[in-house]
Parts: sequence; C-alpha cells; structure tokens
Amino acid sequence: MQEWIRFLDVNAPRILQLTIEHAMLVGLAIIVALIIGVPLGIYLTTNEYLAGTVLQVASITLTIPSIALFGVMIPVFSMINQGIGFVPAFVALVLYSQLPIIRNTYTAIKNVSPEMRDAAVGVGMKTYQRLLRVEIPNALPVIMAGIRTAVVLNIGIGVIAAYIGAGGLGVLITQGISRGDNYLIISGSLAVAFLAMIADGILLLIQKRYTPKGIAN
Amino acid sequence: MITFDHTTKTYEGGVTAVNNVDFTVEEGSIVVLLGPSGCGKTTLLRMVNRLESITDGRIIIDGQNSMELNQIELRRKIGYVIQSNGLFPNMTIEENVMIVPDLLGWSKKEKRDRFHTLMELIGLNPKEYRKRYPHELSGGQQQRIGVVRALAADPPVMLMDEPFGALDPIIREKIQEEFLQIQREVKKTILFVSHDIDEAIKMADKIVLLRGGEIMQFDTPSEMLAHPKNDFVVQFFGKDRAIRSLSLHTVKDLQDNIGLVDFDETIHDTKTININQDLRNTLSMLMNQEADQVIVTDNNDHKLGAVTIDLVQKYLHFEIKGKPAASQKG
Ligand SMILES: Nc1ncnc2c1ncn2[C@@H]1O[C@H](COP(=O)(O)OP(=O)(O)O)[C@@H](O)[C@H]1O
Ligand SMILES: [Mg+2]
Repeated sequence: MQEWIRFLDVNAPRILQLTIEHAMLVGLAIIVALIIGVPLGIYLTTNEYLAGTVLQVASITLTIPSIALFGVMIPVFSMINQGIGFVPAFVALVLYSQLPIIRNTYTAIKNVSPEMRDAAVGVGMKTYQRLLRVEIPNALPVIMAGIRTAVVLNIGIGVIAAYIGAGGLGVLITQGISRGDNYLIISGSLAVAFLAMIADGILLLIQKRYTPKGIAN
Repeated sequence: MITFDHTTKTYEGGVTAVNNVDFTVEEGSIVVLLGPSGCGKTTLLRMVNRLESITDGRIIIDGQNSMELNQIELRRKIGYVIQSNGLFPNMTIEENVMIVPDLLGWSKKEKRDRFHTLMELIGLNPKEYRKRYPHELSGGQQQRIGVVRALAADPPVMLMDEPFGALDPIIREKIQEEFLQIQREVKKTILFVSHDIDEAIKMADKIVLLRGGEIMQFDTPSEMLAHPKNDFVVQFFGKDRAIRSLSLHTVKDLQDNIGLVDFDETIHDTKTININQDLRNTLSMLMNQEADQVIVTDNNDHKLGAVTIDLVQKYLHFEIKGKPAASQKG
C-alpha cells in the first residue's frame, strides 16, 4: 500500500494526462465514426443491395486483429508523412467503430414497424420528416446501444495505439511491460477499465435523457 | 367525391389486385369496401392516397386526377386510419392528434383549440390526455385517437382500413355508433374497408362487394340484401341475410308501414324498447322471451304500442317481397 501511495504520488499527474489523451483520441474517433456511420446506416435501409455488402465489409474489419490493422496503417500513412502517431491510430479506431454503429442504426431503423412507417407516409410526411420525427426517435435506444458498444470497444483497442506512438493509456502498459514494472501495468489497466465504465455510464445517462418517454419501458 | 375510373392495380409479381374498378363515393357519404381477405380492398384504398401506384385507369378526387396532385399535399388532405391505429409511440397524444396540422404549419393556439374540440368529440378529457403516450391508453381509446388524428386538419376525404377490426365486439359496436354520430356532424367523404358483413351494413351508405379485385355488386346495403345480383353475393351474405337486413330498419319503420299492436295494461311482465331501436335487436329481444310483452316508447317515454314476432315477420315479408327498403339509419 505504501508503495502504491508513493507510486501515485509521483505518477498521478502523468496517469491523468494520459487518460485525457486516451479519451480525446477515442472521443474524436467516435464523433467522426458517428458522422459517417449513422447517416450510412440510415441510407442503407433504403438500399438493400449495398446494405449487404457494407455490413459484410464492416464485419470483416472488426475481425482484423487490432495490432495488424495498426501495423497496416503505418505504411499507408507514411505516404503522407503521418506513418506513426495520432493519425493512423485515429483512422483505425474510426474503422473499428463502424460495424456496431452502422449495424445498429441499420437494424434499428429497419425494425421500426411497417404500420408506423405507413402511418407516417400516410399522414403526408416527407422522407426527412419521417426519419426525424418517427424512425430515428423510435430507433434511438438501439442506435445508442451501438454507440456504447463502439465506445467501450475503442477504449480497449486504443491501448494498442501506444505501439504506433499515438500515446494514451497504452503508454503506461507498454512501458510497464518493457520495464517489468507491475505498478505501471496495473495502474494503466485500471485506468482503462475506469474510463470505459465512466464513458458507458455517461452515455447511458444521455440515452435515458433523450429516449422519448413513450417508448422507454 | 372520389371517382374510380377503370382503376387497375397489378403488383410487380403479376398479381392483379384490383381489376378495372368503376364507382363513385358521393360527397359526405360512406362507401364500404367489403369482401373476403385478399380481394383487393386495402390495395384499392391505398391507391387513393398514392401509397400504392395506379397501374391503369384513374382516381379522381373532387374533380382532380390524383396523379396530377402533389402527393404530399394530397395525403395531408386525406384522413387515413389503419387497423393497428398507427399512432407514433414516441409522441404524446396531443402530438399524435396534431401531426397533420403541425406538418401544415398551424400556430400553437390553433392546434391547442383544435385538440380540445376533437377530444371532446370522442368524449376524452383533453387536459387529462394531452401529455399521455399511446401505450398508456386502452385499445379502444387508441383507436379513437387514430380516428380523430385523421380528422384533425378537417380533410374532406377519409380512408379507413378496418379501423375497428382489432377491437372486441362490444367496444367495436360502441365506437361504430360513436363514429356514425361524428359523421352526421362532419359529413366526410369516406372510403371504409371491412371484412365484417354486419359492420358494412351498419356503416355503409353504399357497399362495394369485391372478389378477386373485381366488383361483384355496388349498391346500398338494403338493395344488396334484398336483390343480390349474383350467386357470389348471395353466398357472401349467407342464409341469414334476411335477419341481417333487419338491422337496417327501426321499429319506427315498422310502425309507419304496418303499425303496432295495442299494448295490454294487464300484463305485468313487460319490457320497453325505444322506437329508434333497430329491428334486428328487437327481434332478438322478442325471441329471447325477455318479457311477456314488449312495449314501444318514443323519446319522451310515451307508450306507443307493442311489437310482436308476428309483426316483425310481417314487416320482413312486406320489405323483401314488397317495395325496396324504405329507410336508412339516421
Ligand atoms: N405489396 C404487394 N406485392 C404483391 N402483391 C400484393 C401486395 N400487397 C397485396 N398483394 C396481393 O394483392 C391482393 C390483394 O391484397 P389486399 O389489397 O391486401 O387485399 P385485402 O385488403 O382485401 O385483404 C392479394 O392477392 C395480395 O396477396
Ligand atoms: Mg386488407
């Protein structure tokens, strides 16, 4: 215990700073992933053929081991002198988040009952009105579940980003491994776990707050 | 007024769901599309607000070819009610009811006033229900809300696809009555789908009986029961069509045509029946032998005379064999 206190006394500011770095990396990746994934998921509900292909590709992306995907990013981004660091890690995380986000958005909108959609068209809603007033609100819990999955997934995978110099909590763990320093490894791992739990909790609150009352039961 | 002019619908797979259909729904009247499942009722209905395309022929709404109208505007001018009420679960009752006025850009005040008027029409307290959600309401209440939602922007035309089909019989009858009451006030031009013979007889000014997308007969309920045009119509209405036709007539019709019998003051086991009661219910009451004498009263509870099974039978004979049915429901 004494040693933990001494360790934290020295390292706490650094742990905090790396946690923030980690959260920033994941947060930015999720925002961009949402900007791509949600509209794409919605669009796919109108294009069955493309939907099959896109969901397939997104599934395959998720099966690539993260270390391999990060590895592939290096030569690709070297071409624009961004081979290591923030950019390749960010892009890899965006790719990993696509499947849960696209798939959940697509499924959620698809699962809106045909009668409800019919009623929306029947009362004279335009396509965007139908989406905004009926389909998205009723699909929101499932879309949010996808976003939460993506966030937790990315916080975990973000650890690997340290290997390509993108910083974050992975730095503590990789340093701990190379130096044989258990304190580093354990504190890094715990910080990752806490970050994931807190992020999920916040998103759950947001979800509860914005889920229409009529469908929250 | 809605006119179907050689209207045909063939689905992509090659099924002709509606075949060369011709009829008119007069201003302010209810036409019921009746027929077995799969005969094309829903398809025909949905072609009016262009939820289904028209393969051939035309549909003319208040003098305008439906295909020449903007489809969004067209739908906002047509009330649409479906069986599963189609309420939006994410919206409150007020938001649901006011959806079309909202899409049309009505002001807050206009919407609130209209909401109050409509809720009073169906006997639900506007203040109590405004902020509730559909899932908090009973099936009957949801269906009522579905109906007033269609009425919200006061559209001249309403399309109703088995609107009361999912309700249990007692509530269904009540809502049918209630709706006819409303219709007497609002006088919409209504196309109404049903597969229930009794409902069709009760609601319709005219019935379109369909089979395989084709019209078998287009007539008033009493004409269709009294003079079925072909074997399909005869079979469809069944052996008890005479009894069914009684629901189109009231004790008053019987009194006007053949008169009541005098009632007997000495009989104590009596029941009374209102003069506006329909003859089918009257006959049931008589056959169930609920009392030794059934006395007819007017709206002020004055006793007018008595009605007997013999009288009903005589009337039926007079109606079916004699001149065509005289009166329609109110
Ligand atoms: N979207 C569709 N695609 C192909 N065939 C359809 C479609 N909708 C209905 N049909 C067919 O058209 C016929 C009439 O259907 P419908 O209008 O729903 O009948 P009803 O409402 O009288 O039960 C049926 O044979 C049905 O199978
Ligand atoms: Mg149908």
